[in-house]
Amino acid sequence: MSVFINKKTKLIVQGITGRDGSFHAEQMKEYGTNVVGGVTPGKGGSKVAGIPVFNTVENAVSETGANTSVIYVPPAFAVDAIFEAVGSGIKLVVCITEGVPANEMMKVYPFVKSKGARLIGPNCPGLISPGESKVGIMPGSIVKKGNVGVVSRSGTLTYEAIWALTSNNMGQSTCIGIGGDQVIGTNFIDCLEAFEADRSTKAIVMLGEIGGTDEEDAAKYVKKYVTKPVVSFIAGQAAPPGKRMGHAGAIISGGTGTAKEKIAALNKVGIPVAGSPIEIPGLIKELMKGSKKTAAKKVAKKKTTNKKKK
Amino acid sequence: MKVHEYQAKEVFDAAGIPVPPGKVVTNPVDAYDLAVEYAKPVMVKSQVHVGGRGKAGGIKYAETPEAAKVLAQKIIGMDIKGLTVKKVLVTVAEDIITESYVGIILDRATKQPVIMVSSAGGVDIEEVAAKTPHKISKLYVDPVVGLKYYQARNLAYKLYREPSQVKKATDIILKLYDVFWNVDASLVEINPLITNTAGEVVAIDAKLNIDDNALYRQKEIAEMRDIDSEDPSEVEAREGDLSFVKLDGNIGCIVNGAGLAMTTMDLVKRYGGDPANFLDIGGSSNPQKVVTAMKIILSDPKVEAVLINIFGGITRCDDVANGIIAAFKELQPNVPVVVRLTGTNEEKAKQILKKVNLPFGDTLDDVVKKAIELGKVEVK
Repeated sequence: MSVFINKKTKLIVQGITGRDGSFHAEQMKEYGTNVVGGVTPGKGGSKVAGIPVFNTVENAVSETGANTSVIYVPPAFAVDAIFEAVGSGIKLVVCITEGVPANEMMKVYPFVKSKGARLIGPNCPGLISPGESKVGIMPGSIVKKGNVGVVSRSGTLTYEAIWALTSNNMGQSTCIGIGGDQVIGTNFIDCLEAFEADRSTKAIVMLGEIGGTDEEDAAKYVKKYVTKPVVSFIAGQAAPPGKRMGHAGAIISGGTGTAKEKIAALNKVGIPVAGSPIEIPGLIKELMKGSKKTAAKKVAKKKTTNKKKK
Repeated sequence: MKVHEYQAKEVFDAAGIPVPPGKVVTNPVDAYDLAVEYAKPVMVKSQVHVGGRGKAGGIKYAETPEAAKVLAQKIIGMDIKGLTVKKVLVTVAEDIITESYVGIILDRATKQPVIMVSSAGGVDIEEVAAKTPHKISKLYVDPVVGLKYYQARNLAYKLYREPSQVKKATDIILKLYDVFWNVDASLVEINPLITNTAGEVVAIDAKLNIDDNALYRQKEIAEMRDIDSEDPSEVEAREGDLSFVKLDGNIGCIVNGAGLAMTTMDLVKRYGGDPANFLDIGGSSNPQKVVTAMKIILSDPKVEAVLINIFGGITRCDDVANGIIAAFKELQPNVPVVVRLTGTNEEKAKQILKKVNLPFGDTLDDVVKKAIELGKVEVK
């Protein structure tokens, strides 16, 4: 069991003949993903790593029955690629491309919704369900099949957290990078909902960062709907306001979006926030020991008493 | 990317939003000449990328050309929150009757632009939002449908009663919405939008931030970038295709990936150090990027140790190692450099780095602690 992708995933790669597209198409295939085709207009009929290339997504879908697409095309064409995938009946679109204008994303999102499709990204590392399927660029070597669900706004920070889990013999059900941009398709809440419903997921790790209010919204959602233990980490505590920290979405603006606010919101609903990614496995173990609620209460209590002492 | 008030006003003016006549100057004599030309009292306004210019004394009223000259003299060269004023906008002063606020930002949660208006303009809108949120009206706009006339009119009625002013404000809001889309803005703001004794509605201040991701197709706006007003190291980093933010601390950081770069900074703070910068070398494996990154960091005299933290995925550790070797040859750093490389081609990287015999950290926390420790030793 896993979330969003599994052995039934039939993947096409948009931009498969490009530098990144061809490299990762091969990597995904090696990992065991069922890569059924690629799309590059004008290159139809050729092959990349044994994968047939089509001129259009429409052709690729009708020939292969693909249900998922991953996009590696340059930023100026990425949004059209999303429109094309969704317009051709693809139900899961993962956009790896970084640097897509936010305005374009605002316009494509309602279309994705209206077709009942799911978009992950842009500016994301994609997702991986260990032992089943990998869509995107996450290194297959660091994951291990298991029952922790990981969702993150980052790339390499996600790898760091996954590696901490794997090193502690805690495997993952699915790891999802939702992307570091201001406007993204799938957010924390969507992933929390999926992990809550997934029987193979027993605990959830949520890696947030400064900017926006997605973590605060997720905290409220967890309080209401999530029964599984959730552990978090928030990057950017040392970040100054008003400066974009690499990710387009990682900016504290007008005093909102600080790490402090996010950590407070998470603690308030009993979600412990690790001080470093290496503390994540320990926090999960602690929460798994007791029932979710008592363990969470304990952690929250500890935090408040610490504060009082200060 | 931020542009200056005078540049934002050029954009607004071109879109048909009324702004008072004005020009930017770099010396007091030109300020005098302009005031003579306008034959009216003027405002002399510092052009720097910080808020609170008025409170800092960077915005002044000049009754006469002589006064404009004296004030320009005073303001040019002035330091506002660490930034030196190099230009002032000389603009015709308005008789202000009312001050309102109109702004449009991208709302991340709804993935829609939100228009905000308030009759309590002229002050810090965040303060209004915090203390008297009922004074702000918001409208979320469907990005596919766009802003309809009646919606803009409804907002205008929140600001004015007088029919001609409502009409003018409606027009301004519609035009501002067009500007938001046409220049790929992440924020457009008029604060204050005023009414004057003649009954006109005028934008006497203007703020415009552009989505960096869209600069490739906003060539005219991209050229407005004021390199003089940026830290030279940030300019160099941008030219080297590095994502970099200058900070004040003693531990230089070179990391791959924005989230991990932030985390590395956080841990430096957590273990008692102070990060000198945010730096993400990105996903590519170009060794030259490491050299450029080292160069920028080592040019900061406050840096007492450099910490290199790479989690190889697409980034190959051996490429980074080659970059480190090249950087050592070219720059001969005189502060300790501590390295942690893990992931793709880690073993190869370690072989390469044997040549320079650098201190290693096995985990993220280890390498951070080690950098802080070695930085201290070196200072003693």
